[in-house]
Amino acid sequence: MFDERITGVRRPDPRPPADLWHDNADMGIEVSGVSKRFGSFVALDRVSFTVKEGELLALLGPSGSGKTTLLRIIAGLERPDAGTVLFDGDDATKRDPRDRGVGFVFQHYALFRHMTVQQNVAFGLRVRPRAQRPSDAEIRARVKELLALVQLDYLGDRYPSELSGGQRQRVALARALAVQPKVLLLDEPFGALDAKVRQDLRRWLRRLHADIHLTSVFVTHDQEEALELANRVVVMNEGRIEQDGTPDEVLEHPATPFVVNFIGNVNIFHGRVQAGRALLGPIAVEYPEHPHAEARDAAGYARPHELDITRTDDGGGLWAVVNDVRAAGAIVKLEAVDEEGQLIQVELGRVQYEGIRAIVGERVYVKPRRVRVFMQDITQP
Amino acid sequence: MAGFVSSHRGHASHRPDRAHLTEPRYVRWSLTAGALLFLGLFLLLPLVTVFAEALAEGWEAYRTAIFEPDAVSALLLTLTAAAIAVPANLVFGVCAGWAIAKFDFPGKSLLTTFIDLPFAVSPVISGMVFLLLFGRQGFLGPWVAAHDIKVVFAIPGIVLATVFVSFPFVAREIIPVMETSGTQEEEAARVLGASGLQTFFRVTLPNIKWGLLYGIILCNARAMGEFGAVSVVSGKIRGQTNTLPLHVEVLYGEYMTQAAFAVASLLTFLALITLVVKTLVERHLGASASQDVAPAVAA
Repeated sequence: MFDERITGVRRPDPRPPADLWHDNADMGIEVSGVSKRFGSFVALDRVSFTVKEGELLALLGPSGSGKTTLLRIIAGLERPDAGTVLFDGDDATKRDPRDRGVGFVFQHYALFRHMTVQQNVAFGLRVRPRAQRPSDAEIRARVKELLALVQLDYLGDRYPSELSGGQRQRVALARALAVQPKVLLLDEPFGALDAKVRQDLRRWLRRLHADIHLTSVFVTHDQEEALELANRVVVMNEGRIEQDGTPDEVLEHPATPFVVNFIGNVNIFHGRVQAGRALLGPIAVEYPEHPHAEARDAAGYARPHELDITRTDDGGGLWAVVNDVRAAGAIVKLEAVDEEGQLIQVELGRVQYEGIRAIVGERVYVKPRRVRVFMQDITQP
Repeated sequence: MAGFVSSHRGHASHRPDRAHLTEPRYVRWSLTAGALLFLGLFLLLPLVTVFAEALAEGWEAYRTAIFEPDAVSALLLTLTAAAIAVPANLVFGVCAGWAIAKFDFPGKSLLTTFIDLPFAVSPVISGMVFLLLFGRQGFLGPWVAAHDIKVVFAIPGIVLATVFVSFPFVAREIIPVMETSGTQEEEAARVLGASGLQTFFRVTLPNIKWGLLYGIILCNARAMGEFGAVSVVSGKIRGQTNTLPLHVEVLYGEYMTQAAFAVASLLTFLALITLVVKTLVERHLGASASQDVAPAVAA
């Protein structure tokens, strides 16, 4: 029932009235060299990236990686210790949040408890200086339009405490959109919702973005959410940007070991690189990035779906004993233990699995189709 | 739990049998009786006595006592002191509460400690402090004398003492309320374009209003009933610097028992009104609190 209400959204047809969304043209955000400390904790360390007009960008990272702090700096709720934030080319680093033209959706929504849904949505319009404030009738019409957009027009007189999590989330979104922001910022927008509602809202938000093309940045620790929703993903760790790229780039061409580890499951094979080759136990792959004779510690990463299983040793792989087989669904998940006792995760397509039918206790040959090699950082012990 | 419920199926009771979870009946009864007895002895009996004594010589005597010019002047002075002290402490309390709950700044814990000072210091001593500060030999005494301002043994002194003893109440009440409501709603308001004042009046104030009202009531009760501090700075000039509690004491000291109790009954009325308002506020507080935690209506 809930599902229908949000997924069955009527697309504003053919495009919403332009004045509802755009006070003026879209804009881009440029963050450069932003640092922020809280006491001795470095939340952000010289972070730079840009958000292009109309983009839906995800700031992805584990908790404590600085992504929320970065979002709050863009909104003006925190001041950076160093660095600048440009809105459409203008320095907005010291601009008050109320003059930035951003819409902010808080993680726990921060709805005004003592106001009805309508009053919440109207708030941003009602606090405008008299000269810029729309008339009461206009405000009512705008609120009605926004509540229709978030599919909550029937709940206008309710208080936030009477709404479900998903409904509160959409009220928060309508309230943020009411002031015609040039940028929409969302802090863990689906973090507090259960899985089903989260799925629906995610789909709904993507469609909303497709409809209104509002430059949007959202923070998440859920890699699946980031990859599914965003045009571009900025992966953060310990106050730094690890990678900035499309979901496909981040998934298929991770720039650092952290990104490989953080996004999706991965098998790690430890070894070394020397003379243009990486030797990771029995696995050997070309590594032209290090042509020197001197050996360096390195690790190879292969995703479970990048491993094949055979019964013959045709080189480039290793023997392991199957430990567990989970054959439910379209993907068959196998766990195997190699001769050194290391656990290896393998995912095979149903058809591929039918071809080999490995069973628990059987000795199989595991061969990566692809291995990403990263040299160990010398600067780190 | 399932086993427990099924073993009691024969009782046909719609709620679990809680007998084993509570005290035996005689314990419950004696506790209740003890509490009621204590209440009657120390609260109800004195209250009844006040009115009985006040009316002991009849309605006419009562009327005469409370409309006597000195009594009226004492009532007015008490109301004046409260009317100044409560708004002053309201402004101070909200400022302090706001600062403590919403910001981090050096000296924050010091401020929190100082707010509690009037609770910790005996009222008589706080009265003495004002006497020493503004008295003829006091630190500020020569200055106020030079500017022809009378503080000690005059109304300003009484107001100052009242403000001092009643100032923690508002701040103490709203700090926890402000701390639990956090700063997110204020941040949301700012991003939505509200100015500082708009944020305060439209977002912060509505969220703390019941806590604030409760603080005001307690503050008012204390301001009207204060004896110790006021007694030191007042000088007890009849018809001029006597507040109601002081006037009662003066009358009683002059063996005018009936008049003393008649005036005391005025003070009791003020207390009772405060108590009724407080109960109403508490009822509302409870109602709005339960509304906040009401289970979210599923979509």
